[in-house]
Amino acid sequence: MFSRTIISRQLLRQTSSIAARPAAARPAFSTPQPTSLLFRRLLSDQTRQAIDKAVGSAPVVLFMKGTPETPQCGFSRASIQVLGLQGVDPDKFAAFNVLEDSELREGIKEYSDWPTIPQLYVDKEFVGGCDIIVSMHQSGELAKLLDEKRVLVKEEGEAEGAKTE
Amino acid sequence: MADQSITEDSIKAALADRLKAIHVEVQDMSGGCGQAFTTLIVSPEFAGKNSLKRHRLVNAALKDEIALIHAWTARCQTPDEWARDKAASGGPEGPSFEGTSDGKVTGVDQ
Repeated sequence: MFSRTIISRQLLRQTSSIAARPAAARPAFSTPQPTSLLFRRLLSDQTRQAIDKAVGSAPVVLFMKGTPETPQCGFSRASIQVLGLQGVDPDKFAAFNVLEDSELREGIKEYSDWPTIPQLYVDKEFVGGCDIIVSMHQSGELAKLLDEKRVLVKEEGEAEGAKTE
Repeated sequence: MADQSITEDSIKAALADRLKAIHVEVQDMSGGCGQAFTTLIVSPEFAGKNSLKRHRLVNAALKDEIALIHAWTARCQTPDEWARDKAASGGPEGPSFEGTSDGKVTGVDQ
């Protein structure tokens, strides 16, 4: 299994940068044998199954470069910020750092038929990359989708009411 | 295969050719290394397609190119949407600067 980052409510709310606290222990994604270059381009059953599992590990799943706390790329940062602004419930969210695992990094591109990272899945369905996440955020489509899928934090006492603008 | 040098012009030409784009704006955000581009693509082929399908069209049309670059951003509009946006904003809006800081892509050397 790929390591999954679960982030605190607080963090998702204000995802800017907080001191580096890398994701918890990571059981290495097992790579049985060094594979040839030719082989690496094909998505093995094993990788596919591991990605299936990752995609199904939470209602909202983001494959990104770096962690939510310390994104390693502007596009991943923008995406995690949008999810934070939308008020995605951290209990329903998982992030996978593709930089930790080259097999995941290449495999997810083929799995989703999408050439870039980050990639967002909601209820196991591919939503898109950063451009799509941001434009859906701006158009209100993302709020609608996340609301329909019931993955947003419920408004409780907790101040900081501004979820979106 | 695409050769190693991907430029604003080669991207424009490819999009005009393969997607019948009537208007393409490309900006090289990499500072010259040719690894980061942000684009506005206007093509009638986007009509009736949602955002994901439009991006998939572009990804397919530029498969080799995108594989070689680090950062790729696209806004995909139909001619009608483009005209409407232009009218609304009083001028062309240009490509998206999402994922950049001050117009430069971060993490390119990752």
